[in-house]
Amino acid sequence: MTSQPYRLAEGGVIDRTRPLTFSFNGRRLTGYSGDTLASALLANGVHLVGRSFKYHRPRGILTAGTEEPNALVQLEAGNRSIPNLRATRIELYNGLSAASVNCWPGVRFDAGALIDAVHRLVPAGFYYKTFMWPQGGWHVYERLIRRMAGMGRAPEGADPDRYERTNAHCDVLIIGAGPAGLAAAVTAGRSGASVILADERGQPGGSLPDVASDGDVTGTSWLGDTIAELQSMTNVRMFTRTTVTGYFDHNFLIAVERVTDHLGPGAPAHLPRQRLWRIRTSRVVLATGALERPLVFANNDRPGVMLAGSARAYVNRFAVLPGRRAVVVTNNDSAYEAALDLHRNGVEIAAVADLRAVPVGPAAEAAAAAGLNILRGHAVVDTNGRRRVQAVHVAGIGLDGSLTGPVRALHCDLVLMSGGWSPAVHLFSQSGGKLRYDEMLGAFLPDGSRQHVLCAGAMNGVAETASCIVQGQDAGKGDVPAASEPTASTVDAHWPIPARNRSGEVRQFVDFQNDVTAADISLAVSEGYQSVEHLKRYTTLGMGTDQGKTGNVPGIAILAGSLGVPLPAVGTTTFRPPYDPVTFGAIAGRDVGPLADPVRQTPMHAWHAETGAVFEDVGQWKRPFYYPLASETKHDAVARECMAVRRAAGIMDATTLGKIVLSGPDAVRFLNRVYTNAWGGLEVGRCRYGLMLGEDGMVLDDGVTARLAEDRFLMTTTTGNASRVLAWLEEWLQTEWPELDVYLTSVTEQFATVALAGPKARAILTGLTSDIDVSAEAFPFMSWRGGHVAGFPARVFRISYSGELAYEISVPARHGLELWAVLLRSGPDYAVTPFGTEAMHVLRAEKGYLMVGQETDGTVTPIDLGMQWILSTKKDFIGRRSLARSAMLDPLRKRLVGLRTEDPELVLPEGAQILPTAPSGPPETMIGHVTSSYWSGALRRSIALALVKGGRDRESATVHVPLEGRTARAEICDPRFYDPEGLRLHG
Amino acid sequence: MLLISCPWCGQRDESEFTCGGEAHILRPADPDALSDPEWADYLFMRTNPKGRHRERWCHTHGCGRWFNMERDTATHDIVSVYRMGEAPPDDRDGNSS
Amino acid sequence: MTRYSIFRLARNALAYRPNWPRAWRSPDPRPAYDVVIVGGGGHGLATAYYLAKEHGVSNIAVLEKGWLGGGNTGRNTTIIRSNYLWDESAHLYEKALQLYEGLSRELNFNIMLSQRGVLNLAHNEHDLKEMSRRVRAIRLNGIDSEMLDPQGVKAEVPVINISRQVRYPILGASLQRRGGVARHDAVAWGFARAADARGVDIVQNCEVTGLDVVNSRVRGLRTSRGTIAARKVGLVAAGHSSVLAAMAGLRLPIESHPLQAMVSEPIKPVLNSVVMSNTVHVYLSQSDKGELVIGAGIDGYNSYAQRGSFQIIEGQMGALLELFPSFSRLRMLRQWGGIVDVCPDASPIVGKTPVEGLYINCGWGTGGFKATPGSGWAFAHTIAQDRPHALNAPFTLERFSTGALIDEHGAAAVAH
Repeated sequence: MTSQPYRLAEGGVIDRTRPLTFSFNGRRLTGYSGDTLASALLANGVHLVGRSFKYHRPRGILTAGTEEPNALVQLEAGNRSIPNLRATRIELYNGLSAASVNCWPGVRFDAGALIDAVHRLVPAGFYYKTFMWPQGGWHVYERLIRRMAGMGRAPEGADPDRYERTNAHCDVLIIGAGPAGLAAAVTAGRSGASVILADERGQPGGSLPDVASDGDVTGTSWLGDTIAELQSMTNVRMFTRTTVTGYFDHNFLIAVERVTDHLGPGAPAHLPRQRLWRIRTSRVVLATGALERPLVFANNDRPGVMLAGSARAYVNRFAVLPGRRAVVVTNNDSAYEAALDLHRNGVEIAAVADLRAVPVGPAAEAAAAAGLNILRGHAVVDTNGRRRVQAVHVAGIGLDGSLTGPVRALHCDLVLMSGGWSPAVHLFSQSGGKLRYDEMLGAFLPDGSRQHVLCAGAMNGVAETASCIVQGQDAGKGDVPAASEPTASTVDAHWPIPARNRSGEVRQFVDFQNDVTAADISLAVSEGYQSVEHLKRYTTLGMGTDQGKTGNVPGIAILAGSLGVPLPAVGTTTFRPPYDPVTFGAIAGRDVGPLADPVRQTPMHAWHAETGAVFEDVGQWKRPFYYPLASETKHDAVARECMAVRRAAGIMDATTLGKIVLSGPDAVRFLNRVYTNAWGGLEVGRCRYGLMLGEDGMVLDDGVTARLAEDRFLMTTTTGNASRVLAWLEEWLQTEWPELDVYLTSVTEQFATVALAGPKARAILTGLTSDIDVSAEAFPFMSWRGGHVAGFPARVFRISYSGELAYEISVPARHGLELWAVLLRSGPDYAVTPFGTEAMHVLRAEKGYLMVGQETDGTVTPIDLGMQWILSTKKDFIGRRSLARSAMLDPLRKRLVGLRTEDPELVLPEGAQILPTAPSGPPETMIGHVTSSYWSGALRRSIALALVKGGRDRESATVHVPLEGRTARAEICDPRFYDPEGLRLHG
Repeated sequence: MLLISCPWCGQRDESEFTCGGEAHILRPADPDALSDPEWADYLFMRTNPKGRHRERWCHTHGCGRWFNMERDTATHDIVSVYRMGEAPPDDRDGNSS
Repeated sequence: MTRYSIFRLARNALAYRPNWPRAWRSPDPRPAYDVVIVGGGGHGLATAYYLAKEHGVSNIAVLEKGWLGGGNTGRNTTIIRSNYLWDESAHLYEKALQLYEGLSRELNFNIMLSQRGVLNLAHNEHDLKEMSRRVRAIRLNGIDSEMLDPQGVKAEVPVINISRQVRYPILGASLQRRGGVARHDAVAWGFARAADARGVDIVQNCEVTGLDVVNSRVRGLRTSRGTIAARKVGLVAAGHSSVLAAMAGLRLPIESHPLQAMVSEPIKPVLNSVVMSNTVHVYLSQSDKGELVIGAGIDGYNSYAQRGSFQIIEGQMGALLELFPSFSRLRMLRQWGGIVDVCPDASPIVGKTPVEGLYINCGWGTGGFKATPGSGWAFAHTIAQDRPHALNAPFTLERFSTGALIDEHGAAAVAH
C-alpha cells in the first residue's frame, strides 16, 4: 500500500514529522498535522466524499474552505458526533473518524441514487404540484420524503462537552488575517488602539499559503515579520480558529472560537469545546477575502471537478496533488495561476479552456510561455465519469454564448474551474451595508456602509497582495481605502455554458448541495417565480448548509438571463446571519442544566430538603409543596397538614413573598394611587390588605401592607409577582409621579418569614417572646409588633391567610433556619406541624380567599371577585376608570362563586368547565370554570371556587361539570366555606 | 444588539435594559372626564411609527432608572437619550449609528 | 388555471422541456377596482380568493409592496393549531384549521399540511392547572385536544428529556393531534395562483403611499405605481398595520415588534411533533427538509427592521437544550426576523373601521400563519357584506373601548 500517493515530497505548511492516522467510511488512512480532512483524503486519492441532497449524486471536494457545498461528513460517533461538517474545514487529528452523510448503504453504492435516474419526474417545485391525492395523503408521502431528506444525524445523548460565552470590547475589530487584515491590524495596533484580529483558520496569513508554497508572495519575510510585530503588541489580540459569523446592530458581532475541535476527543478537559465571543467594537475592518465561483456546465458536479483556486491551495498549502491530468476551464485570469502551480508540481495540464476570446494578463501570458495548451474562446460543455471525472468535452464558444465548432473529448482525472470571484460581502451585508454590482468583475462589491465598518483587500475586488496590504493599512488607520482600481481580472460571464446536446437530460448544477440546475431556474422563471426570493424558495437555491456561497451569483445571473434583465435589476437575496453555522451549545454557553436559570432558595431550604419536602417551582423559587411522611400520598399529607393548622398549629415558610419598603413623606399618597383602597387612616402598628390593579382594571396583585412608621410602610406581594410589582411601582414613581417623595427598597431576601397558624399559635408565640404582648387586646388582628422572638430581633404581623389565628414572624434572613427549628421544638405540647403551599391553598380556599394567578388570570376585575368593598369611591387609583367601561358592567361577566358538588367525595379537577345544562354535544355553552378545588378535611367534603357568568345571581342553581366519561353536578354557593364570620382568626 | 447610553451610567448593552414602549403618554388628570374611546386611546392606542420613535427605557439591570430615548424603528439608530422630565433635545439632526 | 394532475406531471416529465404555465400573471394595476386588498401575504391573498370565490366579487386587486409572501408569511415557523382557550378564538382558529385540511385540493396546490400533532408543555403546577382548563374548554368546543403525562410526552417525542432533575422539568403536555405544520410559501403561492385564476390582479412591487379618504369614506389609494380608485379597501399588512392606518387618520392598539426564528442544518428525522413551551419560551418542529425550525419570544422594542437582537437567540437556545440536550452539537444555519403586530390582548382585529369602505385585518401577533385561510374567509365576508361574520364579530377595534377584550395571554401571572 502506498501511503498518501498524491502527497508531494516537500513543500506546504503541513508537518511531515507528525503523521496522523484517521478513518473515513471505515477505511484507515494517514495524513499529517496541518492537514484538513479534505486535504488528507485527496492525498490518499479519495475524491468521492458525499452524496447530494436531492439526487444523491456522487460528489467530491469542490473547495478548500468554508464555502464547501459537497464534502459533508459525520464526524465521530456517539454523543460527540457532529453532523454535516465540511471536510474542508475539519483539522485532522490523530484517530479522527468520519463518514459520508446522506447515503445508504454507503457512499459508493447509494440506494438513494435511484432518484437520480428518475430526476425528470422531480424538477424544482414538483412537490407543490403533486402528493395532493387523497386528502391528507401528504402526511403519508411526507414520511418517505423526510427519510430521504436531511443530511447527517443528531447525536442520541447529551453533549459531554462544555461551551462558554465571553464578552470582548475593542476599538477595532479586524476580520480576516490575510494580507489586508494583517496590515490593518499592524497599522491600528501601532496607533495604540485596542485591536482584535480574528481569523477562521489555525494560523494567520489568509490565502497566502494557498498561493505560494513558502507562504509568502511578497518576496520578503513580510508575513513572518508582521505576525511577530502583532504578537509583540499588548494592545492587539489575535484570535485564530475564530469565525466572526454575525454582524448585528451598533457594531455588535458574534464570533465562534473553536478551542479544542482541532484536538479531537483528547482535548484537555479544562477547556471548553467552543467559545462564543460577543464583541462590541467602535470600528470594524472587514478583510474577509473573496470566494471563487464554479462555472455552470453540464455535469459540472462530478468528483474531481474542483475550483481552480482550491486546487491551487491543495498543492501549495497541503502539498497534495488533486489529480494527475487536469483540464482547466475559466472565464478569468486567476485560473492560470492555479494551472501554473499545478503544472510546476507535475500535474499534466491537458488544456486550459478560456471562455474569453482574448485572454489578457500576466498569468495567461506566463501560462502560454510555460507551453500550456490554451484554448481561447473554448468551454467545457460536458463531463464523463461516475464516481470520478474521467473526461471532459470541449467546444468553442462564441461571443454570443453559442457553441461553435466540433466537440472534443479530453481525458483527465481533474477539472479546475473558475467562474471568477465573489467578494465575501456576507458580514458587510448583515451590517446593513449596500452592495453594487461590478460588471467587469461580475461581482457584488461593498458600496455604502451603515455602521462604522471599512472594507479592505479582496472583498473590494482587489487581487494583488501588495494592493491588499495598502488597503489594509488605510483601513487600519480608519480611512476608507483608496479606491484602487479593482485588479482582479475581468470575467466573461457565461452562465450557464450551453450544453452540447439539447435533449433535456442536461443538468448544469448551480447549487451543488441542493441539486439546483440551470434548467430549474428557467422553469421557475417560466412559472412566474421571478423575484430572487421566490426563486430561492421555489428551487431551494442557496438554502443548503453552505447558504449558496459558491452558487448564488451564478444563480442570480441565470435568473437575470432568463428574465432578460441586467443582473443588478435582480439583486441578491438577504445575507442572513450566521456566515458560518454556529453550534447550538456555543450559543447557549453555560446557560444550561442547573445554570439554565437561577434557583432561589429560602434560608430554611436545607431543612425542607432534608425532611423530604416535595418542592414546587414558583417563579425561580423552590417552595415546599407538602411534606410527606414515610408512606403518605400527597392527598394524605396535605390533609394532615391542614388538620394540624385547624386543630393545633402549623408553620409555613413564607419567606418568598415579596417585601418592599416604601419610605418618604408621600408614601400614603402613593399607596392611595396604586391600591384600590384608602391608606390615610392606617395607624403605625397596623396592617391592611390591598389589591392592586393594572390600568386596564384587571387584578394585578394583592398583599398586606404594614405601617412601620409615619413615613414608612412594608408592602408584601405574591411570590411570583414580587419583581414585577416592584418594577411596576418604580415605573409609576419615576415616569408619572416624580414629584412624589417616596423611595422603594426590595427587602425580600433580607428577611426570613415564618407563618405560624392555628388555634395554638398565640400560646406558642407567648413562650418565645418576652418583649411582645401577644394578648388579643394588646395585639389585635391586622396589626404588627416589633420585638424579639426566640431571641432574634423580629417583626411579628398578626395576619392570616388560613382563617386561623395566625402570625407571620420576620427575622433577619440569617436567623431563619434557627427560628424555624425553634418553632418546631416549641412542641411537643403544641405539636407544631410544617405545612406546604398546597395546604395553604386549601386553607385559604376554605375561607374563599382569592389567590392571584389562580382565581385571576389577567382578565378578572375586583368586581368579578365580589370585592367591591375594597374599591374606594373617594379617590382615583390605577385601573379605576377601566372598571367603568361598558363591557365591565355586563351582568354576565364571570364572577367568583363557591361550588358544592352533589357528591361530597368528588373533588372537581381545577380547570374543569361549567355548563348551565347537561352536555348535549360540542360545541357546548360554557359559563365558567373551576379555579380552585380541594378536599376539605375540616368540612369533610370537597370544596371549589369558580368563575361563573352571572356569579352569585345564580346562587343555589345546579350546574354541570363534564369530566372524563361523566358529568358531575354541583350547586353554586357562597365561596366562604369555613368560618364565614371570621371568629377564628379574630380569636 | 443595541448599545444604549444610559443618561446615568453611560454606554451599556441592550440586555441590561427593558423597553417600556411609547414615551410622553400622560395619564389623564381626570379619567372620569373621558369617554370610553378617549380612555382607550390613553390605555391602548399607540403611534407605532416607522421611523423616529420616542420611547421609555429602564436600565433594569443597572441603575434601575427610567429614561427616554428617541430611536429610529426602521434602522435602530438611537437619535438621543434624555432623562425623565426633560424635553426631547431640539437638535433633530443628530445621528448616531 | 391549468390544473396540476398526475397526468400533466407525467407528460411534463417526458417532454423535451417542461411546459408549465405561469402560476399567476403579473398585471399592471388598473385605474379602479371594486376592492383593493393592501398586502400580498397569505391573509391578503386568501381574502382576495374568498372574495372572488364566495362572494362573486370580480374586480379585485392585491397590492404588494415587495414580493408575494415576503412578510410574515415567509418568515414564520409554520405552526398550525386551533387549541385556543376562549370560545371566540377557538371558533376562528378552528375554522382556519378546517379550511387548511382541505386547502391543497381546494387550491390544487400542495401546501404540505402535515398534521403531526402539536404539544404544549407544562413545567410547573401552575402550567398544569392552566393546561387542564384549556384542554377541557377546547374539547367542549368540539376541537381535539388531550393531556399527556411525562411518559406520554416521551412516547410522542422520544428525543425529549423528561428527567425531573432539570431546572424546569416537563410535568405534562397538551396535544392537539390535528395540529401541525404546513409549507408557508406554498400557502401564499397557492392562494395567489387560485385567486389569479379567478381574475384577481396581483400587483407586486406596488407600495401604497397614501389613502384617499373623503368625508370619512375611502375613495382610493396612492401607490408607487399610480393612483388607484377603490370602493372598498382592506388593509392586511401585518407589521405595517399602524403605518397604513395612519394614512387614514386611524390609531391602532398595536405595536410592531421583531420576532426572530432560526433553522438548524438539515438532519435525518429526529422530531416528528411540533413542541412548544411558553414557560421557557421556545417552540420547534423539524421541516421535511430536515432542518429544525425554532422560534422564541418577541424582542422587547418596536421595530420595522426585520431583525432583532442576539440575546433573544441565546435565551431561546438555553431553553431548547434544556428540553433536547442531544441537540447541543447541531448548528444554527440561518436566522432571521419578521415584524409582528402585537395587540394588548394578543388577539387580532378583523373588521370595519370608522372610515366607511375601509376594513382592517391585523394584530395577529406571533400566530397569524395558522389563521390564514380562516382570516381571509372571515375578512372577505366582512368586506363583501360590510358587516362582520359571526366568527370575527368579537374581534372588533371597538373592543378596546368597551373593554371586551379576548385576552389570550391567559394566566400570564404566576403568583402565590
